[in-house]
Amino acid sequence: MDERVITAIIAVVGVPAVLVAYIWGTEQALRVVPEKMKPRIRPWLWMLPALAFLGLFLLYPMIGTIIASFQNTLGTVWVGLENYEWFLGSNDALSALKNNVLWLIFLTLFTVGFGLLIAVFVDRVRYESVAKSLIFLPLAISMVAAGVIWLYMYQYKPPGAVQTGTLNAAIGVFGLGPIPWLQVEDFSVNTFMLIIVMTWMWTGFGMVIISAALKGINPELLEAARVDGANEWQVFKGIIFPLLVPTLVVVGTTMVITALKAFDIVFTMTSGNLNTDVIANLMYKEMFRVGEFGRASAIAVVLLVAIVPIMFFNIGRFRAQEAVR
Amino acid sequence: MTAAATPIEQPVRKQSRLRRMRGGVGLHVVVIGLIIIWAIPTFGLLVNSFRPAADANSTGWWVGLFPPYHFTFENYAHVLGQSNIATNFMNSLIISIPATVIPIFVAAFAAYAFSWMEFPGRNILFVVVVGLLVVPLQATLIPILKLFATWGIAGTFLAVWLAHTGYGLPFAIYLLRNFMGSLPKEVFESAAIDGASPVTSFFRLAIPMSVPAIAALAIFQFLFVWNDLLVALIYMSAVNPDNLPLTVSIAGLVTSTGGGSEFLGAAAFLSMLLPLAVFFALQRYFVRGIVGGSVKG
Repeated sequence: MDERVITAIIAVVGVPAVLVAYIWGTEQALRVVPEKMKPRIRPWLWMLPALAFLGLFLLYPMIGTIIASFQNTLGTVWVGLENYEWFLGSNDALSALKNNVLWLIFLTLFTVGFGLLIAVFVDRVRYESVAKSLIFLPLAISMVAAGVIWLYMYQYKPPGAVQTGTLNAAIGVFGLGPIPWLQVEDFSVNTFMLIIVMTWMWTGFGMVIISAALKGINPELLEAARVDGANEWQVFKGIIFPLLVPTLVVVGTTMVITALKAFDIVFTMTSGNLNTDVIANLMYKEMFRVGEFGRASAIAVVLLVAIVPIMFFNIGRFRAQEAVR
Repeated sequence: MTAAATPIEQPVRKQSRLRRMRGGVGLHVVVIGLIIIWAIPTFGLLVNSFRPAADANSTGWWVGLFPPYHFTFENYAHVLGQSNIATNFMNSLIISIPATVIPIFVAAFAAYAFSWMEFPGRNILFVVVVGLLVVPLQATLIPILKLFATWGIAGTFLAVWLAHTGYGLPFAIYLLRNFMGSLPKEVFESAAIDGASPVTSFFRLAIPMSVPAIAALAIFQFLFVWNDLLVALIYMSAVNPDNLPLTVSIAGLVTSTGGGSEFLGAAAFLSMLLPLAVFFALQRYFVRGIVGGSVKG
């Protein structure tokens, strides 16, 4: 059999076995420790594997990237803020930054908006679960496959030729187009086309979570309002929406992070050409096409700095949530 | 609606009005319209992947739905036969399964400690884990790559397993801790009084009771790893092209210009098969578990 398959089997069976043996072993080892000390040592032994992974793969590289951003490509000379000066002086970088802002605003708005809309609507139909599954389905598709799917949607043939792209054929029925969707730089149309692909993928995520919160609302509350003569819009505006706000914030935060990290869709569909670049893709290019490690690190730090406020917001929200528990 | 309606009549009439509203024609039009809009992109690709290249290039996918039919399996046959898609599919499996199993174990231990053990700094430490949820992967790539090179494991499956474990852990711990923490306290207290060690409580109580959350986590992590492009691209492609997963080779098909584009659809669909099967088989766990972790309070 293939050597790699054997390695994988060892990993699937062996690694958990080692981990279970580790936990069991700690309990045996704790026997020699005085009874009073056990509860103080035990939690750290249980968390050790997790802390090791988190430290090694998230904390340590964050620090390393920050250091590398102040050095030259080889990491041999300190260059101060040179990499950041490059970032601020580069049109490509600023264009990518601007696009990320568009992603952040519109991806969040679209996914939360559509997620809310669909969650509220499907709540009132009998085929709710089928509808939810179909809307959620794109999330199970890889971004690469989604890129292929949408290349067909946006396909462009010169005027006069038979349009094989769904969108151009559709507007052709009304005598419009054809439009080369991914090449229109005016008003960042092509970037919006990419955002639409991500919206298609992530609306299901928002919908599922919002829908669950919706089911958690006491139906008697809504019924009472209706009995008092409130119409459906008033019920939504006055009761449902305010109660959903915390959930909308959860979904919104997740989508802001997703937008800042956007990479795959841009990479597969446009490679960042024609002013569609985003920070993550720019960083990938600097690192692997140009080999500028210092600059790539500076770009990563910019991304990190952009995410810090969200990190604190997330922590604050979590604390508030724990206080309620 | 008359104010003079008797108390008995009123709820009944409201009820029927409500039901009429729930089943309004406009509502169904909107919902079904949205479903169609969401399904069209995938459906179009599915239809085209079964059409000959000449047809798919000259007419839209919707033409294929009407007679005369020209459906064919040749795109799938080509993808499965000629390119190294089969190897890539295997690689994706080899990457995904351990990269799903390992973080679940590691996260379960940590989540149990966070939920049911008292120690100083517990809350602060957990808050740090939650904070790590939002660290961008991109910021970690270069140092980790250097680290892997030093260890001599760059381009190996081991490197990718370890990386996915690290990246998946904050969400995994967050999800499992929320679930385990909401289990009834009395169960663990009485087990401790009966002399059960934490190890026994963990394997006999916490794990069996957390199955929905673990299943959800497994699916989420599996989808994440299976669909991942960035991690594989960085840690694998530069070093060891033999170990590349499906996503990387499909991304290569898409970005490379010229010939072979007719096979894209088939290749993309093959890559979707397993995640879709996993999703449909386990979606009730998936949806329930995510919700359990995300919308508490």
